[in-house]
Amino acid sequence: MKRTILAALAALVMSGTAEADTIKVGVIGPFSGPFALQGKNFKAGIDAYMALNGSKVGDDDIEVIYRDVPQADPAQSKALAQELVVKEGVQYLAGFYFTPDAMAVTPLLEQGNVPLVIMNAATSAIVTKSPLVVRTSFTLWQTSTPIAKVAKDAGVSKVISVVSDYGPGVDAENAFKKGYEAVGGEIVEAIRMPLATNDFSPIMQRIKDSGAEGVFAFLPSGPTTLGFVKAYNENRLKDAGIKLFAPGDLTQESDLPALGEAALGLQTTFHYAVSHDSPENKTFVEAAGKAIGNPAELSFPAVGAYDGMHVIYKMIEATGGEQDAQKAVDAVKGLSWTSPRGPVSIDPESRHIIQNIYLREVAKAEDGSYYNKEIQTFEKQGDPGLAALK
Amino acid sequence: MQTVFSIAVDALAYGMVLFVISIGLSVTMGLMRVVNLAHGAFAMIGGYIASYAARDMGLGYGFALMIAVFGTILIAIPIERLLYRRIYGAPELTQVLMTIGITFCIIGIANYVFGPTLKTIPLPSGLRGSVDLGFRSIATHRLFAILCGLAVAAALWYAIEKTAFGVKLRAAVDNAAMAAALGVRTEIVYAVSFAVAVGLAALGGVVGAELLPVEPYYALRYMVTFLVVVSVGGAGSIPGALVACLLLGGIDTAGRYLVPEFGEFFFYLAVIAIVCVFPRGLAGRTR
Repeated sequence: MKRTILAALAALVMSGTAEADTIKVGVIGPFSGPFALQGKNFKAGIDAYMALNGSKVGDDDIEVIYRDVPQADPAQSKALAQELVVKEGVQYLAGFYFTPDAMAVTPLLEQGNVPLVIMNAATSAIVTKSPLVVRTSFTLWQTSTPIAKVAKDAGVSKVISVVSDYGPGVDAENAFKKGYEAVGGEIVEAIRMPLATNDFSPIMQRIKDSGAEGVFAFLPSGPTTLGFVKAYNENRLKDAGIKLFAPGDLTQESDLPALGEAALGLQTTFHYAVSHDSPENKTFVEAAGKAIGNPAELSFPAVGAYDGMHVIYKMIEATGGEQDAQKAVDAVKGLSWTSPRGPVSIDPESRHIIQNIYLREVAKAEDGSYYNKEIQTFEKQGDPGLAALK
Repeated sequence: MQTVFSIAVDALAYGMVLFVISIGLSVTMGLMRVVNLAHGAFAMIGGYIASYAARDMGLGYGFALMIAVFGTILIAIPIERLLYRRIYGAPELTQVLMTIGITFCIIGIANYVFGPTLKTIPLPSGLRGSVDLGFRSIATHRLFAILCGLAVAAALWYAIEKTAFGVKLRAAVDNAAMAAALGVRTEIVYAVSFAVAVGLAALGGVVGAELLPVEPYYALRYMVTFLVVVSVGGAGSIPGALVACLLLGGIDTAGRYLVPEFGEFFFYLAVIAIVCVFPRGLAGRTR
């Protein structure tokens, strides 16, 4: 089978017109190390897009070159981006899981005449660093603002905010605070926990002692969320009627099998749930699930990468394969399409993605697995974080 | 007052989990004089085996725990014979390089075999839920961890101080050549203590899995914490490790409750202070 495909590909390549070029796209992300799962999701999203839409735009072949930055490391990220642009001759840079890595690359774009499509890094400020940055993921402001309204609507008027003490955590805290105070809620206390917290019992005790009716929490997805959600249940905060509100990082699909029963009923707001009910998402999940190998590992970075590839394909179409970063970026300003996550568009001004944010609840499927069930939609959300920057 | 009690309970629970995982490292470092950075990796192997046995094969928790301990020992025996035996008595740098290499290999294998996602060990219904202590509630599995810690401490103290094997072990540690000359089979003594240390690591990995979830980077993520416990307690001393765990657990818990913004500042401040005053740890022996 493989040989047949190879032969077919070879025939295609040989029969192609003489002018056909290969356009290279450089993708930087964590493909090994503790965050390898997120890099794997990048790759699955990109592979899925290319499997569904072909690896050619017009006459030009698209080739994706991957570079690995296992942990947030701006210096290495910059060095690899430089290498991709200078030695490999990539026309597009994409990927980036961590904000500092993306920030480090922005000064290179203008000189290299290369647009940057961010597939995950979620701090609002990145798009302001260069006019050649486009983002297809989300920002914490975008996902954390709607949950403030959800909290207020649930009849909770006093909330304690608990976030991990690092950039995105602070962003989430500020976003929630602004949104919650705008609807007349009160933040009784704001706690920032060290990133390396293993035991959350003392934090839970503090939440109890604060007299709040609800808690807003943000932690990066991974091992700590498990400890946090378990501690929330074991210290009987749920039984005491203290509601938990969080952006969707807390109930990432790949963590759900581990969280299991403990997360049942948890409400989070996020831009994408693997369970999203639409024909586009069905096609996407099927293709990306095949690309990643184990469909249970599929989660949100894959959709950011998938839409990132869509934007890059549109850029290549608009420039006819010529290297012209500004023209490419201008071509996708205001671009709107139906993504697996729902209707989206690129804001012409900020070059950030405008999308629906969904309120989801962790539910148990008939086969006993857990999933994020979408129960409410906040349509066409921009990035409130950019307004806050000014 | 209630707050003080509350912090004390949390500190005790966290401290005992640390103790169960770290005590095996204290044995290898103090009694066998091997800086075993792969200790966390053995704890992780225990966690993976228990998770596989309990979740994928549907075995009971107690049974899974036993399989994890003995399975990890089985895996560790060839590693001890082929690799560790070469570094007994070698300079610390050699030991560090060798064991960190083993750690990275185990991380890679775990990532390849089990994938990068979190693995849980389902608790039996008796350990789920929480117990009401009157002034607050505490998760049942934490009480279980506290009991495990106390049992391990008592059993180890008895084995080292009161049994014939303990005498041979201490003799072999203090002067291997002389002990061998007196008819102690030092290789067997070392192999058995290594197996015990690895078994304890696996036990800790399983019992502590609710606090420190099992994933491939477990082996590196918590390595510093384990090493800190051993160096503060004094390598090889069981009462020392116990006191260190309770003290550090208390400082960490109180710090997180009262001033979480400072992060792990107080934890490491305490470590620096203790190591300045007691360079060999709280109960370390001078040589």
